[in-house]
Amino acid sequence: MRFEDEPVPGYPLPILPGHTSPGRFERVLRAGGFAVTTELAPPDSADPQEVYQRARVFDGYVDAINATDGSGANCHMSSLAVCSLLTHIGYAPIMQISCRDKNRIAIQGDILGGAAMGVCNMLCLTGDGVQAGDHPQAKPVFDLDCVSLLDIARNLRDEHRFQSGRKISFAPRVFFGAAENPSALPHEWRARRLAKKVAAGAQFIQTQYCYDLPLLRGFMQQAEALDLLGKVFILAGVGPLRSAKTAEWMRAHVPGMHIPEATIARLKGAKDQAREGINICIELIQAIREIRGISGVHVMAYRQEETVAQIVDQSGILKGRAPWHPERDALEFSHRNAS
Amino acid sequence: MHSARAWSVRHARGLNAFYVWFESLLMRMHGLFGWLGYERAEKPVAAIEKVVKGLLFDCRMCGQCVLSSTGMSCPMNCPKTLRNGPCGGVRADGNCEVKPDMRCVWVEAYRGSERIPGGVEAITKVQFAVDQRLQGRSSWLKVVREKTAAAGAQPAGAPP
Repeated sequence: MRFEDEPVPGYPLPILPGHTSPGRFERVLRAGGFAVTTELAPPDSADPQEVYQRARVFDGYVDAINATDGSGANCHMSSLAVCSLLTHIGYAPIMQISCRDKNRIAIQGDILGGAAMGVCNMLCLTGDGVQAGDHPQAKPVFDLDCVSLLDIARNLRDEHRFQSGRKISFAPRVFFGAAENPSALPHEWRARRLAKKVAAGAQFIQTQYCYDLPLLRGFMQQAEALDLLGKVFILAGVGPLRSAKTAEWMRAHVPGMHIPEATIARLKGAKDQAREGINICIELIQAIREIRGISGVHVMAYRQEETVAQIVDQSGILKGRAPWHPERDALEFSHRNAS
Repeated sequence: MHSARAWSVRHARGLNAFYVWFESLLMRMHGLFGWLGYERAEKPVAAIEKVVKGLLFDCRMCGQCVLSSTGMSCPMNCPKTLRNGPCGGVRADGNCEVKPDMRCVWVEAYRGSERIPGGVEAITKVQFAVDQRLQGRSSWLKVVREKTAAAGAQPAGAPP
């Protein structure tokens, strides 16, 4: 899909009144669309082609692509680099910033650098502990937490100042987000934590996997009671489970993962567990779409990214809308490169 | 040490009331600190603070204490030093993602905050980034210094 006021396909859009970024993701949300985002696992490689290959499977089905930042405390290509590469062919990446590996000096530099490379969306995270990953011997930084990071990021954009107070000459034009986990304890406090993130500058939220709909509904009701629904776009996290065994493994090993017994039982009882996992995901998306205050879904399909297009297509959430597809939308792109 | 910490959260209300009184006592000692010189008072006061708060809260001497806003559960004991609430990794039993045997500092903090008058409002306030230079210094002296400076900046007769 191309926007009417798009100067050159894939180039930054004019910033509309009330918007903070020139990106298509913010455009879709503010226009009231039900947005679809997904997650790209950065490669263990220095080859840019591997990044493009991983992005290609999402063409035409997602509004933005998260590039994880050392997810699970494992080492991969940096989120900043992946996002920069993706902007080269018009994708709308969401740069993830984790507080685990960098202090405020490095992080603020990355926000400026990312914005300079055309990254319009950034997700402020605390990050998994180093014990979870492949370098448990590393030093965890945690100079900031996600809320103090949001505050610093917003000041960079709106006050044109580093945390030190020093002025910057051109502010990053970024749509800032944060994560939340409606399934994690203490449930009754999760919405108030969301309120804090919104107060610190979060404009959109992507949640952890939500397999437990009553928990998600409860969370949204609390958010509504705190008058948060008009102030932040909430995208619910979903994803296909490949098998009952994978589900059990994830539940035991992925921090903050909550999968109800009934979901695992349903997978166990299925002939084709992978297909059933996709069916469950599609049903979840259709139910989530009906929940008041939810603006989209974040489809995470680690190591089964090829299923995302199918899930989005069969759940019918795009309603005929056709998100960015570099080859289809950017014929001019090839001319640009050739010249 | 965990049992002392748990005790402190259970007695958050009493501890907070005690601190309010103790702070007023410290404020009255401003003259003494001023006469001694705040920098000279720093070492002995920080040493006392470290022992007392170490016993009660496993205090890490961040130098910018927020215990009254965190239900008397010290957030610097969180392995990610989160000062604005729990991460998304809290386990189903309420324990920490990083240290499975430890109760989540924030699960405790919320319980403590409900016991302190105004605690729920305090815990929902955004805590800004930590000033790492204050590590090891006394929070008590910082409070006295800042509050007396603020009072001094107010015109006479203005409400505090």
